[in-house]
Amino acid sequence: MNAARFDAIVIGGGHNGLVTAAYLARAGRTVLVLERRPLLGGAAVTEEVFPGFKFSVFSYVVSLLRPEIIRDLNLPRHGLQILPLESTVTPLDNGDYLASWADPDETRRELCRHSPHDADAAVLFGRVMHHMAMAVKPILGMVPPDPTSLSPADVMGFLRLGGHFRSLGAERFHALHKLMTMSSADYLDEWFEFDPLKATKSASGIIGTFLGPRSPGSAYVLLHHYMGEIDGAFRAWGFQKGGTGAISESIARAAQAFGATIRTGAAVERVLTRDGQATGVALESGEEIAAKVVVSGLDPRLTFTKLVEPKQLPDDLVEGVRRYKFRGSSGKVNLALDGLPDLTCLPGVGPHLRGAISISPSLAYLERAYDDAKYGEFSSHPYMDIVIPSMIDPGMAPPGKHVMSIFVQYAPYALNGGWNDAKREAFGDAVVATLARYAPNLPSRILHRQVLTPADVERITGLSEGNIFQGELALQQLFFLRPVPAWAKYRTPVGGYWQCGAGTHPGGGIMGGSGRLAALEILKEGA
Amino acid sequence: MLKTSPFHSRTAPLVRAQTWRRWAGYQMASAYDPHPDREYAAIRNAASLIDVSPLYKYRITGRDAARLLDRMVTRDVTKLRVGQVFYTPWCDVAGKVIDDGTISRLDEGTFRLTSADSSLRWLAMNAVGMEVVIEDVSERIGALAIQGPLARAVLAQVSPADLAALKYFRLVQTTVRDIPVTISRTGYTGDLGYEIWVEATEAAALWDTLIEAGTPHGITPAGVWALDLARIEAGLVMLDVDYHSAHRALIEDQKSSPYELNLAWAVSAEKGPFNGRRALAAERARGAAWGFVGLAVEWESLERRFAERHLPPHISNIAWRASVPVYRLGDQVGYATSGCWSPLLKQSLALAHLRAPHFAPGTRVQIEITVEHRRTRADAIVVKLPFFDPERKRS
Amino acid sequence: MSRSFDAVVIGGGANGLVAATALGKSGLRVLLLEAAEALGGQSRLVEFAPGFRAAPLATDPGWLPPAVARATEIDSPARLSVEAPVTIAAAGEHLTLWRDTARAADAIRPLSHADAKRWPSFIARLRKLAGFLETLYRVPPPDVNAPAGELLSFIGLARRFRGLGREDMLEFLRTLPMSVWELLDDFFESGLLKAAVAPGGMVGVRQGPRSGGTGFALLHGLVGAEAGVARGRAPWRDGPEAFTRAAHEAALRAGVTVRTGAQVARIEVRDESVAGVVISTGETISTSRVLSTADAARTFLGWVDPVWLDPEFLHAVRNIRYRDSTAWVLYALAGLPEIPGLTPEALRGVITLTPSLKALEQAADCAKYGSMSERPHVEVTLPSLHFPGLAPEGKHVLVARVQHAPYRLGNGTAWDAAGRETLERAVTDAIAAVIPGFVGRVLHRTLLVPPDIEARFGLTAGAASHGEVALDQILFMRPVAGWARYATPIAGLYLGGAGAHPGPGVLGGPGWLAAQRLLGNRPVRAGESS
Repeated sequence: MNAARFDAIVIGGGHNGLVTAAYLARAGRTVLVLERRPLLGGAAVTEEVFPGFKFSVFSYVVSLLRPEIIRDLNLPRHGLQILPLESTVTPLDNGDYLASWADPDETRRELCRHSPHDADAAVLFGRVMHHMAMAVKPILGMVPPDPTSLSPADVMGFLRLGGHFRSLGAERFHALHKLMTMSSADYLDEWFEFDPLKATKSASGIIGTFLGPRSPGSAYVLLHHYMGEIDGAFRAWGFQKGGTGAISESIARAAQAFGATIRTGAAVERVLTRDGQATGVALESGEEIAAKVVVSGLDPRLTFTKLVEPKQLPDDLVEGVRRYKFRGSSGKVNLALDGLPDLTCLPGVGPHLRGAISISPSLAYLERAYDDAKYGEFSSHPYMDIVIPSMIDPGMAPPGKHVMSIFVQYAPYALNGGWNDAKREAFGDAVVATLARYAPNLPSRILHRQVLTPADVERITGLSEGNIFQGELALQQLFFLRPVPAWAKYRTPVGGYWQCGAGTHPGGGIMGGSGRLAALEILKEGA
Repeated sequence: MLKTSPFHSRTAPLVRAQTWRRWAGYQMASAYDPHPDREYAAIRNAASLIDVSPLYKYRITGRDAARLLDRMVTRDVTKLRVGQVFYTPWCDVAGKVIDDGTISRLDEGTFRLTSADSSLRWLAMNAVGMEVVIEDVSERIGALAIQGPLARAVLAQVSPADLAALKYFRLVQTTVRDIPVTISRTGYTGDLGYEIWVEATEAAALWDTLIEAGTPHGITPAGVWALDLARIEAGLVMLDVDYHSAHRALIEDQKSSPYELNLAWAVSAEKGPFNGRRALAAERARGAAWGFVGLAVEWESLERRFAERHLPPHISNIAWRASVPVYRLGDQVGYATSGCWSPLLKQSLALAHLRAPHFAPGTRVQIEITVEHRRTRADAIVVKLPFFDPERKRS
Repeated sequence: MSRSFDAVVIGGGANGLVAATALGKSGLRVLLLEAAEALGGQSRLVEFAPGFRAAPLATDPGWLPPAVARATEIDSPARLSVEAPVTIAAAGEHLTLWRDTARAADAIRPLSHADAKRWPSFIARLRKLAGFLETLYRVPPPDVNAPAGELLSFIGLARRFRGLGREDMLEFLRTLPMSVWELLDDFFESGLLKAAVAPGGMVGVRQGPRSGGTGFALLHGLVGAEAGVARGRAPWRDGPEAFTRAAHEAALRAGVTVRTGAQVARIEVRDESVAGVVISTGETISTSRVLSTADAARTFLGWVDPVWLDPEFLHAVRNIRYRDSTAWVLYALAGLPEIPGLTPEALRGVITLTPSLKALEQAADCAKYGSMSERPHVEVTLPSLHFPGLAPEGKHVLVARVQHAPYRLGNGTAWDAAGRETLERAVTDAIAAVIPGFVGRVLHRTLLVPPDIEARFGLTAGAASHGEVALDQILFMRPVAGWARYATPIAGLYLGGAGAHPGPGVLGGPGWLAAQRLLGNRPVRAGESS
């Protein structure tokens, strides 16, 4: 094999891989990104699934993209443009609805309709979430120190962390502790009384994770909604113009502007090593490319058991990867519509269709949906987070027509009897039928339907078990435990072989934090 | 949609320049005329009619109603007699003010609390273990202030109540031309005036009656701009402008105790248990770290600063609400939170928070002003509040 | 009798007796008030049929920290030697997890060779991690006003003291938030084996084995357990009341005045400080120090005038989750039951009847919606085998612990006769499925649902845990954040029951630490108290 043509090869052109590539290129390294699929983005892709109808096929909204990445890579210049997603409407089983609007006075008035107590509580809850987001923010931006290490950097990391916690004060430290350990239902029970409000808020705590709203550990993800608010990048959630694929493309353009090379349709078979040191990659085509550094943006299972021989790795790492929980639990249904749905609770076309529609009428509804999945079935009446991007971004569908994105929880990867075409369609039917309870005209508006189960997510994107976060965001899989203890600092036991996917701290969502921190660590090594 | 007040059908047609604003989720008139001079003048010279319905209002009844309020607020509610009104702040356990408002004792077991911010949850949290019913009557009850030297004369024409006998901070349940109302001798202007509490369904009729009876006396509907001028002259604090609720503050520094808001008179040191008791006792013992005072800006100094730029001093007929640094001997010693040109006192006034010991009356300080895009400072003197305190306010 | 005391201790359970003894030994004149006619708290015997008695809440008597026994000069009672602490018997299969690790592995081998091989390392892991908790439970929770400094040094000291490696530390941190399901999946493949161990993570919690935090609950119940044991601690050799007797004697030696049948009506407060205790007869006892071992809800929502308490504090107390969701059925039996294929030794331990993790999880599902499972998790013990005195000659007592039975049924309705009847039948059926002829031997049975436990034992919502054993309700969060160090917003009022750190199952642990706080003693550091 030739001498290294590249300083670094990044395996996988998902948003984290692209962020790593962009940062490395920005620092003057020669970088090659290899993406298996014909298009970039991983789970953040836009595809014209049906002629004229474009979909953010998997991930569909954005709020967490780290603002330092937006600044460092100058993403707005490369096409990042976030459109507001301002409201959430939850249809209720009694024919009424619960809405949250962009305007606080309007939201307060709406909440008062259901519970004046909760209208008061919502303000104070928002304040606590603000504090919690402030408390977590520095952690999202730091390389997890290794508690097993006595190196000055790790000890300093812990001291810094300790100083941060001390600066929070006891009250906020306690609040953070609760948020990290409680179930979202219990956490919200301390604040609110109106069940559909608790259900709708807790829904954000179960997304992408095989937990019910009453499972401890689900409260933490509640924070995600509020992170965007303090970071100045977004108000809360937003749409990328042109779909989430356009975010990936903007990062790719930034990387290219810094000189990175990007190849699609280039599937990596394995990482080449010599004497415990990565030397490059071999493609499935047989082509071998040499590089000083190889970075995997794939999930921990692929990174440690497919791209390299587990035999090369220490037993505890292999065991840790085996124990690491993926358990994909979400599906996606994308609909091409020839007109807008008509909600029974809010008939006609209104501002509510510009926001999210949440099928979360009660905590028990969500918990039952979880119970179905717990025993290996998809939820007969699932939680759904629905958006109609074409309402805000008309370019996504032909004029007068619309695209609807339905995120569905729960659809367990390990379905009883396994997934097949019939089960997939049955799942799609359950989704449409459930939605039709709240929007009876919906079935007649559907022109085309794409149903994606966790098995499909795995098949198309490569994400193990279809987990959209590259592994569950559970407490025992966060920070210095992500993906496995002692290997949370983007390094691997193979010299020059690095991890930069969402399976590392700070994890999933279109955040880019893993990709950035990995790049900074690689550069620190002087690679 | 923002809410509209029960008087909206009467006030909306009068808003000539579409000068609306938000107040507690309501769409309210900043002014009816394109500028508020005449409305302010009516407050101090004749009679003004001010829609204050956006105040939050709670009706509290039950065996423990007095106990609930007494444990919540800083004044001694056990001393509140039927027909009496207390103004009071209330605090959290650290003695920081959450909100302020009035408590009226309507009868032996019935109280009405008004507040600037919604207080339902806090009331419920305070009522744990008590026998009490808390009703939010904010939308059910309209509130109309009639304020100004002729307010009594107007009201006396249409109400059988003995208004001359109705003392400051007392109330009477009576009628206005057969409309059942509560009239309290209270207001937010520092002038002679009343606030009239009425069922929302009767609000429009009440308005019409007062306009009809008041027109010969020059009664004038007044908006929030005029009210703001009056309340600054009267030295009355405003939530979210002059202080932040302890429940909403993001950091400790944003919170204030009653002592720091010139409300020491409203803390009953000797009363039974109430929220913040221990913290306030400690603060009383060591002295407040901040004072809330009036600043009278010296005209000559102001004029000089503008003259340097060949301009006359800028005088607005609308009060300002902003955080403005205040200095003494070159160091920042505090900040002003609202201020105005007083049309009555012919003085530039500000309400300010000053660090101890700089808040003693007579202390000379400097307040930041902006003259033609440049920041500079004008001399000011610390004065005791209120700036304007006419005899007729209490008479 | 004097009507004025230096300190009044409320509650005559383990914590109350230990706290009173500690205070008495320091020279204070101490009055202990117990609402029931007998001391003992949760280890009290219930006579549920003439001549038949049981201590349903004390099947696992808990761990007595040696330092507490030494300092209070309580004669630490001896334990029984139970060779077969846990057996699972279900659907025609059974497995006994012998205390002897090799013997247990032998028993597991027919189910899975791999599991048998892993059993010793699993037991060693549990013991190590529970041992670490044990160290944390000897000292007050860390003061979070200095979260980094003290919390880290707290954990660091304990780690060094236990000789835990840094990797063990990580394993500890990783295990706490896990579900017992995941923990067992990491080690084993046999469903029966996993179902035998998992209920240990469900004690004192409403969740099923699949819920996060049940890994911690399992470890919590193993603190102070004997080597080789996967669940629980062995009974006292001299009967359920052995510890109560020893602690009572120690209290008397320390000069404590003990009054039973004295129900507290309220705690008098003046100027934010304790002024006295009023009992239900109207009698007032003046004192400036009260140490309550009742749960926090009972103490603050029941006995203290709320005007003295910060509404935020009250809100926190109201948010403590009391939801053990546990019921008991006590059976009086005409003779000793037999389980075909099971050695008599196995009957001397806990016998769990739920065959799989899935069935355990399903038993917990209903509680989430406020209903009773049709197939609840049932585990039984036969205390009269150890203590013949609990039943008339030749007769026996069988205690069935049942999960999950909510405090209130759906829509907040109370338990009615029909609901009780349904539950009783479900439990009896479950037992009859493994004990042939069981129904014919039942002379009498008594069901105790959570409201019954609440009334009989003075436990809010019938929660013996004094607050769910969950990660957000332990250490510096117990009983409520900001008040975890035994003092309360009322000067002179201390909380020293299981609702305080280190929680339920640590005999006298909270009471001892609360007494130290009341006495103003320097908090004991990890490693000093062993």
